[in-house]
Amino acid sequence: MIHWLLRRSLQAVLTFLVVTVLLFVLMRLTPGDPLQRLAGDRQVSAAEAAALRRRFGIDQPITTQFRTFVTGALAGDLGVSIEHYPTRVSTLLVSRLPASLLLGGTVLVLTFGFGIALGALQAVRRGRRVDRWLTRVSLALYAMPSFWLGLVLAWFFGIRLQMLPVAQMHDPLFDPEATWLAGAGDVLRHLILPATTLTAVSLAAVMHYQRTALLEVLRLDFVLAARARGLPERQVLWRHAWRNALFPVVGLLGLWLPMLVTGSVFVEQVFNWPGLGHLAADAVGARDYPVILGTAMLVSAQVLLGGLLADLGYYALDPRVRRA
Amino acid sequence: MTGSLWRLLARALTSPSGRLGTFVLALLTLFVIAGPWLLPDPAGMPDLLAGATPPGGWHLFGTDQLNRDILSRVVSGGRISLSVAGLAVTLAVTLGALVGGLAGFHGGWLDGVLMRVVDGALAIPRLFLLLLLVAVWEQIPLGALVLVLGATGWFATSRIVRGEVLRLREAEFVLAATALGAGPGRIILRHLLPNVAGPLLVAATLGVGDVILLEAGLSYLGVGVRPPTPSWGGMILDARPLLTTAPWASIFPGLAIVITVLAVNLIGDALRGALDPRNA
Repeated sequence: MIHWLLRRSLQAVLTFLVVTVLLFVLMRLTPGDPLQRLAGDRQVSAAEAAALRRRFGIDQPITTQFRTFVTGALAGDLGVSIEHYPTRVSTLLVSRLPASLLLGGTVLVLTFGFGIALGALQAVRRGRRVDRWLTRVSLALYAMPSFWLGLVLAWFFGIRLQMLPVAQMHDPLFDPEATWLAGAGDVLRHLILPATTLTAVSLAAVMHYQRTALLEVLRLDFVLAARARGLPERQVLWRHAWRNALFPVVGLLGLWLPMLVTGSVFVEQVFNWPGLGHLAADAVGARDYPVILGTAMLVSAQVLLGGLLADLGYYALDPRVRRA
Repeated sequence: MTGSLWRLLARALTSPSGRLGTFVLALLTLFVIAGPWLLPDPAGMPDLLAGATPPGGWHLFGTDQLNRDILSRVVSGGRISLSVAGLAVTLAVTLGALVGGLAGFHGGWLDGVLMRVVDGALAIPRLFLLLLLVAVWEQIPLGALVLVLGATGWFATSRIVRGEVLRLREAEFVLAATALGAGPGRIILRHLLPNVAGPLLVAATLGVGDVILLEAGLSYLGVGVRPPTPSWGGMILDARPLLTTAPWASIFPGLAIVITVLAVNLIGDALRGALDPRNA
């Protein structure tokens, strides 16, 4: 176990190093000078430009820049934001993390909860009307741009029906002396639309996985054996088959996380949700390289960690992996 | 090679979803090509005082804030979106086949290095790679957008091709061909390529849907296709301030995206099903 875990973690760390190198190379090898965009239309004297270059460390040779970048990144220092100068990128990321974790965590629970339930229902009712309709709906949702679905939901529930707030995480008119519970309720109301949008666009993958996995298991001999022993169908399905069909869905976590962070860039932007995705979208608009790079590093680390956790889940749940 | 590909396509067309997808996509393509002759010029003679008018009458999808016909703009945007996606995916699949084929055929250290790079690249969500790349341009030219979308889309394909090549390299018919004196060029062109053509086609088809969504997303963020060139994502961005007064201006371009991506994905699923030996 320890040996396996060490090897797997080492692999993740090495991949992250490759990610760091790739991102650095991408940022530096692309044409154009970041300072030119920073200055915009303003005339910058040579002296000013040199000072700016020194300030952001881009007057150093590329190898020195790379060393500074890597050692800094390892120590959690991702440089200084151009847009929010002189705030450090790490400070920005940390300040946006809670909102993203709240939204992402909610979506994670909702997607896997509904995805597993609906996918299992499809497998059990295979080929019937429920299965066919759920397939159609999930395919349509999978084809939707998250920002568009967000806008449509915001228009319908927020503007037409005036039911739900469509922006921010808190009501600006909210009484600051209200109870803790009322505050949580306020955040929850703001969470509904973004969480629904993100869940809707990422649900299809989980449903599809669960449906396929359960259908595969239902074909196996031990299910036949359980039925032959005269066990009630309900018990065969849930106690025997479904448990075994859960592993592939756990493994999906690593593949699904990139989808979540991608979707959250758009959804957070649409709903003005103060998370990392919104930060990244703004940083692109402002050509704030250090911040784009910082968010890219953070989400890549999350993706690798998700993959690691998924493998760990596999390992804990499925004894066959241990022998492999 | 062409024979097996045609068989695969024919088999995909036997499934109802494959037929539906192909029909819808063909219709969309036709419309996007012929549209400009059938529809009012989106920029022609706008009545600026009229503002955004709701769907109905001469303007089937309504007009936007500049009183431009939305249907015409959706059609011209479709030209851009479909050509960008088609070209970007062609580039991505070619790159994926080259890198994957090289890694699988050469093996050894080169395989090791290439696949570690692919591992790393796959860990970075594609949107973030794109954001880093497009931020370089003040206003990205269409050609560069195609390049960037293609250059970030080949990682998974190269893995597939590498796997197939590794499997086929040891296959008996390839060993037989080598024994008969076939050189690497002939092995690759005559024996390996036809066998990876199917998986490549599936990857390409499903890749088109991804690229359409990503391009729309970038344009929505204001860093993809930029005005005055119409694009579906850009139209939704322009229509955002009108959400309260003219929701149709956002709804129709979005519907165009959903229908196109859905049609492409249906074809992709049908092809994947046709390729799966369990369904043979």
